[in-house]
Amino acid sequence: MSVETRHRIRGGVGESVTRPDGVPKVCGAFQYLDDLRADGMLWAATRRATVARGRIVALDVGTASAMPGVHDVITFADVPGRPYQGQIVPDQPVLCDGEIRHWGEAIAVVAADDPETARLAAEAITVDVEELEPVVDVERALELGDVFRHFPVRRGDPEARGDVVVEGFYEMGTQDQAPLGTEAGLAVPDGHGGVDLWGPSQWTHVDHEQLVACLGLRPEELRVHISGLGGAFGAREDLTLQTHIALLALRTGRPVKQHYDRADSFAAHVKRHAARMWYRHEADRDGRLVKVEARMILDGGAYQMTSQAVIANAATFAVGPYRCPNTFVDAYVVRTNHPPAGAMRGFGTNQACFAAESQMDRLAAELGIDPLELRLRNALEPGDALATTGQVVTEPLPTSEVIRSVAALPLPDDEPGDDPLRLPGGTGLTTPPDRVVRGVGYAVGIKNLAFSEGFDDYAEARVTLTADGAEVHTAAIEVGQGMVTVLIQIARSALGIENVEVVFDDTSKIGSAGSSSASRQTQMAGGAVLRAAEAARSAALALAGGDDLDDLGVWRDGELVMTLAELAERGPISEWVRFRHPETEEPDENGQGRLHVDFSVAAHRAVVDVDPELGLVRVVQIDIAQDVGRVINPVQLRGQIEGGIAQGMGWAIMEELVFRDDGTVANPTFTDYLLPTILDMPPVEAVLVEQPGTWGPFGAKGMAELPTVSVTPAVVAAIRDATGKALRRVPVRPEDIVFGDG
Amino acid sequence: MEYVRPKALGEALDALAAFDDPTPLAGGTDLMVEVNLNHRRPDVVVSLRSLDELRRWDDTWIGAGVTFARLEGADDPALAQLARTVGSPQIRAAATLGGNLGTASPAADSLPFLAAADAHVVLKSTAGERRLRWDEFFVGPKQTVRRPDELIVGVELPSRPERQAFAKVGVRQAMVISMVSCCVLRDPSGPTRVALGSVGPTVLRATDAEEVASQAARLTDTDLDEFQRRVSAEVRPITDHRSTAEYRRHAAGVVARRALERCLR
Amino acid sequence: MIVQLTVNGEDRHAEVAGWESLLWVLREQLGLTGTKGACEQGECGSCSVILDGEVVCSCLVMAADADGADVTTVEGLGTPEDLHPVQEAFVAEGAVQCGYCTPGLVVAAAHLLETNRRPEPDQIREALSGNLCRCTGYGAVLRAIEAAREAM
Repeated sequence: MSVETRHRIRGGVGESVTRPDGVPKVCGAFQYLDDLRADGMLWAATRRATVARGRIVALDVGTASAMPGVHDVITFADVPGRPYQGQIVPDQPVLCDGEIRHWGEAIAVVAADDPETARLAAEAITVDVEELEPVVDVERALELGDVFRHFPVRRGDPEARGDVVVEGFYEMGTQDQAPLGTEAGLAVPDGHGGVDLWGPSQWTHVDHEQLVACLGLRPEELRVHISGLGGAFGAREDLTLQTHIALLALRTGRPVKQHYDRADSFAAHVKRHAARMWYRHEADRDGRLVKVEARMILDGGAYQMTSQAVIANAATFAVGPYRCPNTFVDAYVVRTNHPPAGAMRGFGTNQACFAAESQMDRLAAELGIDPLELRLRNALEPGDALATTGQVVTEPLPTSEVIRSVAALPLPDDEPGDDPLRLPGGTGLTTPPDRVVRGVGYAVGIKNLAFSEGFDDYAEARVTLTADGAEVHTAAIEVGQGMVTVLIQIARSALGIENVEVVFDDTSKIGSAGSSSASRQTQMAGGAVLRAAEAARSAALALAGGDDLDDLGVWRDGELVMTLAELAERGPISEWVRFRHPETEEPDENGQGRLHVDFSVAAHRAVVDVDPELGLVRVVQIDIAQDVGRVINPVQLRGQIEGGIAQGMGWAIMEELVFRDDGTVANPTFTDYLLPTILDMPPVEAVLVEQPGTWGPFGAKGMAELPTVSVTPAVVAAIRDATGKALRRVPVRPEDIVFGDG
Repeated sequence: MEYVRPKALGEALDALAAFDDPTPLAGGTDLMVEVNLNHRRPDVVVSLRSLDELRRWDDTWIGAGVTFARLEGADDPALAQLARTVGSPQIRAAATLGGNLGTASPAADSLPFLAAADAHVVLKSTAGERRLRWDEFFVGPKQTVRRPDELIVGVELPSRPERQAFAKVGVRQAMVISMVSCCVLRDPSGPTRVALGSVGPTVLRATDAEEVASQAARLTDTDLDEFQRRVSAEVRPITDHRSTAEYRRHAAGVVARRALERCLR
Repeated sequence: MIVQLTVNGEDRHAEVAGWESLLWVLREQLGLTGTKGACEQGECGSCSVILDGEVVCSCLVMAADADGADVTTVEGLGTPEDLHPVQEAFVAEGAVQCGYCTPGLVVAAAHLLETNRRPEPDQIREALSGNLCRCTGYGAVLRAIEAAREAM
């Protein structure tokens, strides 16, 4: 990088700087959305559908409206602007439009003096529903032609044949992000017909765009603010309660707050797509892939949300990080009467990775080649073309190195003792040590970084020098991942100033930073901050005629020539940048083109102990080697890796939102939607492969999704290794191990 | 809401008799879930917090107010083992044996032990005392014969063998609702009792299987095979979102056999 | 009804219907929003407080039944200027990401180290098995508590 500071800055890039919100968070002083208050505020409560599909034949809010303490009740008819929302295709009614299309769909929202009154009023609304037959099967949805997007890949020779063929069906259940903080928000009318909104968001500007359309406001009449989030993982990419509370605030002239309970949260935010996939791999005798064919159907649920982008990822990473000259994929995302699916960590690559990596293991077994050796023989490296899109890899991509690195880590050498915490079944004392079988499995994942398919992907940032330091202004959202620390570190290293503060601006004060998703903010918000900081430093040096800058001011030949306070008075120096990553293209009709700007890879190894007779699994250890470009903050990076692994492991063995045959959700609670506990989480060893990229700050690459992507197939591979069972479905349930086919 | 916190058992019984549909409150870990999920708004709550009488515990008696955190230290191995699997440490600090009995979930973790031990549930009211064997007390899923004016004051434990084992099947290493739970009590000379939870409308005893196990001080592999087969045949599981009937039937046999094997060691 | 409590050493009172949870009283009536609610069922531990010497889920404590109780919340453990060793270690070891589970974890961990000065890693893990975290994968949480154990 071009940045060189004379002195070595403390707390810059490469150090484990502690997060600035850490102290308030451990003291309980950090303000989350559900902690926000306003004088005279009302509380909102939502009435939801209890069936998956139906026609509302009567909707009467009269009783509810007349209840003492109730100030307003809104339904579809009350939406003043465009009554549909959605960031790609606005097809989701702000409130149910007469046809219920999924369990938990919001029908009406009440604003009342207190939450109990609001809830009772919501219950008092009369909703008569004529039930309709729901579409709950993705094949049926495909037959009906209810397809959000079909992404075809046609590359190479369809007649190509390999010496060895393996073919299989795979299925994945629905995963929920289950962030610990449920959705909450506060809307405050400004007294001039506009409103200030705090809501659960990963991208306030795209929320703003949708909200002004639905609320019928001029852009300047709505300000979307950033507030503390209890996690995101994709769940905050689409609107939930924002439209409702903003509308209620505008109508009542009072601040309106809402805080979803867990059932509301399960009902309202998007899920990870359930998937059904068929794959055929053909290879030559040496294990080189000759042809891969895949048919993937993802369950998009009732509305489009981000499904169109998710399916592009599923399709274009259908083969994984491997070369293959002939690739044919039909990837569909279809409409059903399940709750809408959308973004979750990995964004479509997870499903493809599970099927493709399962296939690679089967191919290795068929050929009698070591599974890692098979992967190394096909590993996608710089200069190779992506098997699906044909796009040539131009950035560093250490696929072989991550595979070799994870394989080189020592395996645990413990023997199962009789401590139940170290046996399958845990404190349930189900499993004696002599009934335990150990298994080891590997999987390799690939993920695109930032937005793809020609999207105008940019991030804005402003760096302002103050009398005693610098401020970074951004609308990029800290969801918990630690971006705020990364931006400070980048700004420090670029400016030479240590006292840096990040100011999260509302939508009226700065332009978009894009979404805190797609592993993109270190490179995108970070890229913007880097450039704005470089510009601010240059401007300061030019103004004062100096050669270095630090917290005291501008220096020339070792002497302080202008203090920061003087600079701020003379300046002020404030540099704004809109940063774009290198351009991408839309796919042609065969799915070909430079769709993605960059890639990253990771390899996981999972070690499990299985009780085959009861089908219980304890994960013993999970290791990873990951391509990260350049480490900005080692402690935070490790936190992303361990947290990502926990989520992908959870999906492998316990997490599933279960749908009944009628399309309703059977387990919208933490009693029955099981998240891994600290006793379920194994130790993690991580190898960080640093091959700096060309366009990220200091060579850094986005990294927060991949730890989740390939761990799921690695855990399943390890269970297969222990049991000899085929295990084509995730999550693997005890009955799948006990009764499943070999 | 009316809230009373009697200082003595007699006062509590008076309160239960005085109100229409009173709700006794002990640890709150079941009741408050219903309140928080808006399934219930009690009109009258009779708090058991101040009733030290309910916390008495010795070899033949466990007061209804004894928490699972205390039961983790029980001399009965199976009782200590089951207590460790109840909810989370936070739940165990608050939740009581009496609450587990009163809620009477088919998955309640304490019930297999009480059923295997042939425990009696003791109910008191201003009208007197009722002493009911466990199978007279539980009549269905979340259904007992307790009248609204009665209080569960504790359980009587008859003498029982020292060889005991509890096991609970769930897909998480801790803090999980059982898919199957099982308790085996075995006298070294042979007599054996086995009870299972989550595999029927209430906790149940596998009496056919008990017969096989009880026949001798030493059991052969064939006996154990037969024991396992009979347990699987006797349970009455259903399929729900937590598991399938087929798996529960299978797992019941496996864990019962393993629990018995632990008692034989 | 009026509920009287000692919260973090101070006498406090709140007017409630009675069936509300202690969590609600702390957050909405007493303004102590450090304690979080995330599941309403005692499954996540985010609402952990120390009630008369025991760590419990405040969402499962009926407000009326807490009358007269002594409660310690995360706000009572330390302040930004004077952090509890557990709080300090959570920050230093990166055990905080979104932080929503953090108050509950900090309370449970501080109580553990009060009652057992030298917990082994597995004892720490079992003691915290009722506190769900969706961000960290618990690795940093475990490292933080081990560090706090050494510091205390």
